[in-house]
Parts: sequence; structure tokens; C-alpha cells
Amino acid sequence: MLDPTSPLQGVSDRLASPPLPVEIKGLVYETGGKRVIDDVDATIESRRITAIMGPNGAGKSILLRLMHGLIAPTQGEILWAGRPADRPMVYRQAMVFQRPVLLRRSVAANVSHALGLRGVGRDKRAICVDEALKLAGLERQASMPARVLSGGEQQRLCLARALSLDPDVLFLDEPTSSLDPASTLAIERLLLDAQRRGIKVILVTHDVGQARRLAHDVMFLHHGRVIEHQESQDFFDNPQSEGARAFLSGGLVL
Amino acid sequence: MTDFIDAFRTALGLIVTLDPDLVEILVLSIKVSLSAVVIASLLGFAIGGALAVYRFPGRGAVSAVLSALMGLPPVVAGLVVYLLFSNVGPLGVLQLLYTPTAMIIAQVVLVTPIIGALTRQACQDLLEEYDEQLRSLGASSSAIVGTLLWDGRYRLITAVLAGFGRAIAEVGAVMIVGGNIDHVTRTMTTAIALETSKGNIALALALGIVLLTIALAVNASLIWVQRLANRLAYA
Repeated sequence: MLDPTSPLQGVSDRLASPPLPVEIKGLVYETGGKRVIDDVDATIESRRITAIMGPNGAGKSILLRLMHGLIAPTQGEILWAGRPADRPMVYRQAMVFQRPVLLRRSVAANVSHALGLRGVGRDKRAICVDEALKLAGLERQASMPARVLSGGEQQRLCLARALSLDPDVLFLDEPTSSLDPASTLAIERLLLDAQRRGIKVILVTHDVGQARRLAHDVMFLHHGRVIEHQESQDFFDNPQSEGARAFLSGGLVL
Repeated sequence: MTDFIDAFRTALGLIVTLDPDLVEILVLSIKVSLSAVVIASLLGFAIGGALAVYRFPGRGAVSAVLSALMGLPPVVAGLVVYLLFSNVGPLGVLQLLYTPTAMIIAQVVLVTPIIGALTRQACQDLLEEYDEQLRSLGASSSAIVGTLLWDGRYRLITAVLAGFGRAIAEVGAVMIVGGNIDHVTRTMTTAIALETSKGNIALALALGIVLLTIALAVNASLIWVQRLANRLAYA
């Protein structure tokens, strides 16, 4: 199911490196008179897995959406390898949402339609669909209606769909928050595999264990500000801020 | 009472023997309403899908008017089309009044708001769920409309059936623009109105039974489509 020797079709087309670093400069996002992202400056350089952590309402999901371009910042900018995101840049990104969003179509058609929206030709689509479903272990369900899959399978399909687009950067917003351990493990394996193939993974997670298993660096958000951003080893062993210490020790961070 | 029973027998006889008058009226009715619904569906899907996805000034007002027009009285739809196509009207030169074409146009006016408003609602509900995912995939607005229409297909089918039910059963619009001319523009509903007032209960009753059967069939299909959609988790 997770054979790293059979990467997705088109991997060879990927540019030598992801469009890094991501530079976030003076980023502010206000909604309903509230400042949910408050003057964030950060740089994400490595090709490795970056975890964005923090308590509820810290602005993690908003930050992810700002980076992916789903919402526009009130102030500030995000630069990818020195340039603001344009349409080709957006096409080099993909995102998996907290709740699986699946079309009212078959499992295979969900992947195929996504490829179609990105302008992939029909012939190539069929190959990509097969490989994506194989990667996610969903070949046998290919012709089933996507929305009758179990929760874990649905999220796996969402991830497979995102990976089929052959992104350079993959965003995930708490992808396993409502999944059981087995399904979570399957997702995490796919993410590690993706990272090994050179995809930059940026993951919002609540789950300290998951961040420890996956992340190479951790960005800790609190009240819309980046309180800490360091190597995960350092972050978990020696958190600098009060908020991160409380968060990691399982205390209630308000 | 015996009169009524006799009329009922005669009515069933007309249906069973496929009385030519009855069949002619039935075929014209279905032709007119089916044509109207096909045209109204194309218009309604486009209008409903666009209203759900595109942002433009006056969008809310257009949606509100469309919803309000769902309750447009058929006689008013007929009156509007009559005024347009009457000899002194702007489209009078086309000489369409009292033809099946005029009846189709009147029913398109009547049914388009129904299909359009139901389509808009279906697409809007789906868009709430799909919006971020589709934008993340890089979909253009027109691609989003297409995606929503296909994914809302079961709800669109029910909208079309609702539109057909409305068209086949209405009498006001086709009466005004068609004129209930024998062998030309006589439909089931206009014939029922005429034959009843003439005292020819048997034909009216036979047409009534056929009409009722069609209405039941439409509703049964609605339920069936609904169930199928639920089973596939496509609702």
C-alpha cells in the first residue's frame, strides 16, 4: 500500500525544489473587528515537515488559509522564494481540510475531477487516478460513491487526491483530528512518504504526539502571534514560552 | 348519481379504447409541457448556477425576485406572453398567438423561475461545503458552476419534475395564449374546463383521470429519486 518505490506519475516533472523559503512578513488578518492573525513574521525554509501548533482559536487554520491563498490578508505579505503567489504557484500547492470534502461522485471521479480542474489531460488522468488510489490503498473502492466510505477512508482519499496533483507544497489542517489510531497511522505514513519524495508538508495539528512523530520544526501560535518557531526536538524538550510549556504539559492554555 | 357512474364508465372506455380525441389532446399537452420544461431547465440551470457562484451588484435582488416568481399565477404568465405576442405587442409580427409555440413560451415563463430558484438553492448549499476545496484545486468560476450542477444532479432532477408537474397541470397560461382551439391548441386542462362547462362530463373525467395519473407518477418519481440519492449519500 505504501510502496515508496512507486512514486506518483509526474513526480519527475517536479521542479528541482519546492518554492522555498516561505517568508511571512507583517501578516495581519482581521475579521469581524477581531485581529485573528496579529503581525506574524516567520520564515519556513526546509523541505521538511513543519507543524503549526497552538490552542483553539490561536489562528492556526487562518494562517494556513492565508498561506494557501484561500483568504487575503488585511496587511502584510507572503513570499514564495521571494515572490508573491501567482496562479502557477497556487497550482504547485494542495490542501487537505479537517473535514473531508468529497464530491458526490465515485472515489475515482473525485481524483479525476481534481486533476481535470488543474488542466491534466484525460489520458494522463486515468494513470494518475490509478496510482493515487493505489498509494492510498483504495483501488478496490474506486467505483464506489466516495461519500459512503468510512471517515478514515474519506480522509485518505482526500490526501490521495491532493497528492495526485503532484504538489510541491502540501497543507493539512488537522487531517486526523476525528480519526481512529489506525487511520491516523495510515495518513501519517503517507505524509512521511510524501516528504521523502520532496514535498514540503505544512501541517496544523493539535496532537502533540503527531507533531513529535512527524514534524522537523514547530511553529507555536497563541492569540494570533507566533510565540515560538524552532526545531521540533528543541521545542518539545525545551519550550521557551509559558504558553508552549503549558500546552505541552497538557495544561489548559487560555 | 347514476349519471355520474355512467360518465365514469364512458370515461374509462375512452381511456381504454385510446379515443383519438383524448389521445390527441394528451399528446399535445405532453409535447407542450415537455418542450417548455426542457427549455426552462437549460435556462434555470444556467441562471441558478450563476446566481449561486458569481458575485455581482443586485445578485440578492435577482435571487429574491426569482424565488418570488416561483409563485407566479399562471394567468399572469399567460397575460404577459399574450401582451408580448398580441398584434399590437412588440413581438406581434411573429404571429405566434394561439399556436403551441406560444403555449410553450408561456409555460417556460412559468416554470423557469421554479427550476432556477431550486437550482440556485441546491448549488448554494453545495457551495458552502465545496467552496474552499474547489478554490484550493484552482477551479475557475465557470468550472465551479459546472461542478455544482453535476453534484447537485439529484436535486436538479427533482426541480425538473416539480417544474413538469406545474406545467402539465396549469390551465391559465395555455388558455390565454393558446385559446383552446380544437385540434390545434387544446390541452388536457383547457379541455377539462371547456367540456365540463359544456356538460360533456365523460371526456372531462377521462382527461382528469389521465392528469391525475401523470401527477401521481411525477410524485412517485420524486420520491424514488430522493431515495436513490440518499442511498448513494449524494443528497
